[in-house]
Amino acid sequence: MERTTLDLWVGIFVVAGIAALVMLAMKVGNLSTYNVSETYQVHAYFDNIGGLKPKASIKSAGVLVGRVTEITLDSTTYKAKVTMSLDKRYQFPKDTFANINTAGLLGEQYIGLNPGGDTENLAPNGEIKRTQSAMVLEDLIGKFIYSKAEEPAK
Amino acid sequence: MAIVSALRGIGRRTVDTVWRIGLATRFFGLILFHSGNSFRRFHLIIKELFSTGVMSLIIIVVAGLFVGMVLGLQGYETLKRYGSESALGVMVALGLVRELGPVVAALLFASRAGSAMTAEIGLMKATEQVSAMEMMAVNPIARIVAPRFWAGVISMPLLAALFSAMGVFGGYFVGVVQIGVDEGSFWSQMQAAVDFKHDVMNGVLKSFVFGTVVTIIALFEGYDAPPTAEGVSGATTRTVVTSSLAILMLDFILTAMMFGGS
Repeated sequence: MERTTLDLWVGIFVVAGIAALVMLAMKVGNLSTYNVSETYQVHAYFDNIGGLKPKASIKSAGVLVGRVTEITLDSTTYKAKVTMSLDKRYQFPKDTFANINTAGLLGEQYIGLNPGGDTENLAPNGEIKRTQSAMVLEDLIGKFIYSKAEEPAK
Repeated sequence: MAIVSALRGIGRRTVDTVWRIGLATRFFGLILFHSGNSFRRFHLIIKELFSTGVMSLIIIVVAGLFVGMVLGLQGYETLKRYGSESALGVMVALGLVRELGPVVAALLFASRAGSAMTAEIGLMKATEQVSAMEMMAVNPIARIVAPRFWAGVISMPLLAALFSAMGVFGGYFVGVVQIGVDEGSFWSQMQAAVDFKHDVMNGVLKSFVFGTVVTIIALFEGYDAPPTAEGVSGATTRTVVTSSLAILMLDFILTAMMFGGS
């Protein structure tokens, strides 16, 4: 085969392969939603994180504002320390309330941030003091059964 | 006596296998050592890219499309029972990008391009073209083996990416166009679940490893084949069998390293 046709076909092959890779990255993967903007870290202590996992989303008023980066157990207080990185564009007051919510009844868990009224903002590496643990379905059912059992028989 | 001869048979096979692995590793080292020349004469690699990459395009595209369509159908049937048809995109995309894309593309590549490489080099040896090159002080590894190696290594990740992309379209076609899964949730759940670094790049890394291994096996079997018609046919068969097994075993190891335990 002639050299130029050969080059043309190989060129088409390489371009098609790279285009497929770009399509996988943009359309199938999440590269297009990656934020290049800078982030800052804050952490919070929870009594119980339920099924929260690293990379879970952090939402405020339903808007994605960051991701959970690390979850460790504090060995002195035995509380779960959740480190999160928040988008620098979004600043939150110091008395922001962090609670672990569930998307749907059995869906994925995420952290919801409810801003408070403080005039000062959360500093990088700051701590969110006011937290609420995950709702654990088994505990709820347990409470329900106990409260039923305590009711006087009719 | 029967036990002794059986033990001797096991021993001989083990020693032979170790020898062959050692020879193949030395062969790999020789290819890397002589690669500089083939990069200086890049048109040799382009010629091989045509015969390994471009000629495998049709089978990869068609196979990818059909695998994606089957995934879409089967995934829908199963997910429907749990009322989560909208996760069809996640299932199709993760299955293809992580596993089926690299593995099936590599299996097709081994049987389409690997066997051709073995037969070509084996026949070159049988017709004494390799010896003729040595007589002319042309290094056959630099002239015929190294370009084929790099062509295989370059084309395998591209073919696997094409396979995965076609598969996602196949799944989209069956799931969204034919069955009627919601288009928005198909793509948005897929994008939320597929991570570029963790899923797509690990798939590319897998196909890169498979490409290297398949090409090395194919070239070694061809270069090592007895210079007879029977020898070449045996070497071609061994290429397909060995590289298919190597792909599947390596896939387990790579999957365990990439996705296991976290």
